[in-house]
Amino acid sequence: MPGESDLILEMKSISKEFPGVKALDGVSLRVRRGEIHAICGENGAGKSTLMKVLSGVHPHGTYGGDIFYDGQLATFANIRSSEHAGIVIIHQELALIPELSITENIFLGNEVRGAFGIDWVRARQRARDLMARVGLQDDPDTQIKSIGVGKQQLVEIAKAISKDVKLLILDEPTAALNETDSAHLLDLIREFKGHGITCIMISHKLNEIAAIADSITIIRDGRSVETIEVPEGERVDEDRIIRGMVGRELTSRYPDHTPHIGEVLFEVRDWTVRHPEVTDRLVCKNSTFTIRRGEIVGFAGLMGAGRTELARSLFGRSYGTYVKGQIFLDGKEIAPKNVEQAIELHMAYVTEDRKVLGLNLLDDIRTTVVSAELQQISPNGVVDRNAEFTAAEKYRRELRIKTPTVNEGVIKLSGGNQQKVVVAKWLFTEPDLLILDEPTRGIDVGAKYEMYGIMNALADQGKAIMMISSELPELLGTCDRIYTVSQGAITGCLDVAEATQENLMRLMTLIPNTSKNAA
Amino acid sequence: MGALKDLFGGSLRQFGMLFVLVGLAIFFNLMTGGLVITPTNMMNLLNGNSYVLVLAIGMVMVIVIGHIDLSVGSVAAFVGIVVAIAMRDWGIPWWAGILLGLAIGAVCGAIQGFWVAYMGIPGFIVTLAGYMFFRGANQFVGKSLTVPVPKDFQFLGNGYLPEWGPNTGLNNSTLLLGLITIAVLVWLQLRSRRALVKINAEVPPFWVTMTRIVLMVIVVGWLTYMFGSGRPGTSFPVPGLVLVVLVIIYSFITQRTVTGRHIYAVGGNRLAAELSGVNTRKIYFLVMLNMSVLSAFAGIMFVGRSTASGPFDGVGWELDAIAAVFIGGAAVSGGVGTVIGSIIGGLVMAVLNNGLQLMSAGSDVTQMIKGAVLLAAVALDVWQKRQGQASITGLFSRGNKVAETTPTETAILEEEAVTNPGDLR
Repeated sequence: MPGESDLILEMKSISKEFPGVKALDGVSLRVRRGEIHAICGENGAGKSTLMKVLSGVHPHGTYGGDIFYDGQLATFANIRSSEHAGIVIIHQELALIPELSITENIFLGNEVRGAFGIDWVRARQRARDLMARVGLQDDPDTQIKSIGVGKQQLVEIAKAISKDVKLLILDEPTAALNETDSAHLLDLIREFKGHGITCIMISHKLNEIAAIADSITIIRDGRSVETIEVPEGERVDEDRIIRGMVGRELTSRYPDHTPHIGEVLFEVRDWTVRHPEVTDRLVCKNSTFTIRRGEIVGFAGLMGAGRTELARSLFGRSYGTYVKGQIFLDGKEIAPKNVEQAIELHMAYVTEDRKVLGLNLLDDIRTTVVSAELQQISPNGVVDRNAEFTAAEKYRRELRIKTPTVNEGVIKLSGGNQQKVVVAKWLFTEPDLLILDEPTRGIDVGAKYEMYGIMNALADQGKAIMMISSELPELLGTCDRIYTVSQGAITGCLDVAEATQENLMRLMTLIPNTSKNAA
Repeated sequence: MGALKDLFGGSLRQFGMLFVLVGLAIFFNLMTGGLVITPTNMMNLLNGNSYVLVLAIGMVMVIVIGHIDLSVGSVAAFVGIVVAIAMRDWGIPWWAGILLGLAIGAVCGAIQGFWVAYMGIPGFIVTLAGYMFFRGANQFVGKSLTVPVPKDFQFLGNGYLPEWGPNTGLNNSTLLLGLITIAVLVWLQLRSRRALVKINAEVPPFWVTMTRIVLMVIVVGWLTYMFGSGRPGTSFPVPGLVLVVLVIIYSFITQRTVTGRHIYAVGGNRLAAELSGVNTRKIYFLVMLNMSVLSAFAGIMFVGRSTASGPFDGVGWELDAIAAVFIGGAAVSGGVGTVIGSIIGGLVMAVLNNGLQLMSAGSDVTQMIKGAVLLAAVALDVWQKRQGQASITGLFSRGNKVAETTPTETAILEEEAVTNPGDLR
């Protein structure tokens, strides 16, 4: 019987630093042989970094602390060496090649060799065995792209067990799955436990964790907070997990602000949007909300809840396929069908992904600032370089962008200053509605404080601000009202005075009771 | 080095290639005993390469948006044969021939642009198809024969500016052109200086402006002398003049207009451009269309120079144009590249060709050397980026301050990791 002392894995005070950020600060994790161990924490708490350390993505020597695996000090140099030791990680984003068959994917990088190249007959046979173990009945020659996400997840697992796995790490395994597929996957994990495979599971879905986990380690701000042992046959209290995940005091990291709230400026009714590729999946389900002048309205939700999808579909339908719904600006119905029209209607969207969606990293500051509203400084289509410089200078001073000159390339700026440049680009379009998607992601505390100040100043100018953030304290510290989003639907709206991290988290993890025929 | 940087502004990389160009010309001049830098040879150089340089102007825009156009030689040949036949059989005047050619180019471009922009097919594929199709169309229309063009039409590919007025010892058209150029350049320098003062921007020291002006006067003056002092009846050649006009127009479009900005925006980061309200499809369409119009132009110039249109006109031009653009500093990944840079890149290739020919090297050796130069130029660029240096001139100033201000690749990667510390991808 696995006793308290029979640990398959012990991570002792693991620290990992990136320049300027301490991602992990003395995390300890003890996993018993043959158990299902869940890791919980807010977005950005350090869960995934911890798993990267364990699986050798961050090799031995780049982190502090020790890892003991199977009683020995582990010094993995890369993923291959950790896999060799029997640790296999399945990422949230599946790493399968859609054009190849199930067999080919299972043995990719680990091909079944015969006398002449790959022995396909034996490979197919072994694939069939592995597939049977995970409950897949498809033809092993089926292409990955022609099976659903749920089955793809199973193929990943089959691939993992083909490698003689002892410790299986699953990062948000059910995030993209529907109820049935999720239930099947959880059953499978339980079955593996019966075969002696240890599982570490990262998940945001607390009901699943409560249903399956033998012990739960909670990580917050790069530190391990506590490990909860679940006695045999009992369920852990979900509230206890939530308290552990958010349990931190609000300090004065937010500037004081007295809001001056006017009438409703922006109203959305019944907004429903389909996923751009998976046509039977709704990413926004009948969302209805309002934002008033001078108001900062927060949108809380876990990763993948559909907040960005909501924002981008409103912003000139730049995401997904419009199904139904109306937008009102100042009481008048508007229907921006592309980004150009949305900008003309004085909407602005500051993306969560600065480098991929927000900036042309080849550009300099002055050209970036004017890039969303070039017409304004271009009589007859010719850019007035002097007007451009004057505009860029204005925002450099107002937003205090730290740079020697506005001719500097944006790639040379720090994250916080890059973010200010993106904000400047959108302020230059003179928006009435400003959508900020994770405006403080990846920037340091000082820059965050400045960003909050900028938001307050904009709200005081009578603009309506829609702020998406995954950091609950930030929402509580800056917003006047907070909507919660879960699985594409708005599940609640709380005034900031009555909102707490606990009741927000409760609403964010609520399963919305929308019927499938919403479309 | 700092002084050099002040002098030439931020775009040291282009000036690096310019140094290479000048160096090559001097080198070959010495090796051939003075055969390269002569009025006649310089005219030949311009006449014989202007059509590829015209293609390079369009190609740099195509490469900036992240595509490639393989069809330019075939489109040029197709346009050439249609125009030649139209003039011979229907008797239309030379100017109508040119308009007809450009219109046909526009149609070819619109077709290819449609598939690239609105059907989402990569430019490589669409223009590979165009490459085959229009080559075939040339031979189909012309029955694989060579069709001569009238004398007037040859002016554009082979002509010289007229001689007039008092005997100055130089060709007076060339002299006038040179003087106008100097006046305009000086005026532009002073104007940009005044504008900087007006908006309180950082103004470069006065000696920089002065030195620039003096340098420009010397260079333009020398060119005027060289092209003006050829044998009687010659001048700065018409194809060269056409090229200069096109370079000015397209530099202006790419650097100073909204459309130009959008081209670079789409090439630098298509997704960000889309989220900034740029109509990326329209840009793709326009750039592909424009490329074919310029191909038509190049075809017309070539037909004029060779006095006839034939079934093998334009073979391999696409590769010459692409090479010129990459030697001129464009990036394969898009978003980077300038018209001027590509022209310099094209001239480097032209001088290499010409110099080696004059040294009586065979086309075998010439090809090998050209290949090596292309690879070296791009490799140098990649290497510089890795070093975080600014230019070829950085070679001579290794370890100076340029390296400190540019983040190294690892630093960028690490920062990216910080941006999403919670994501495991």
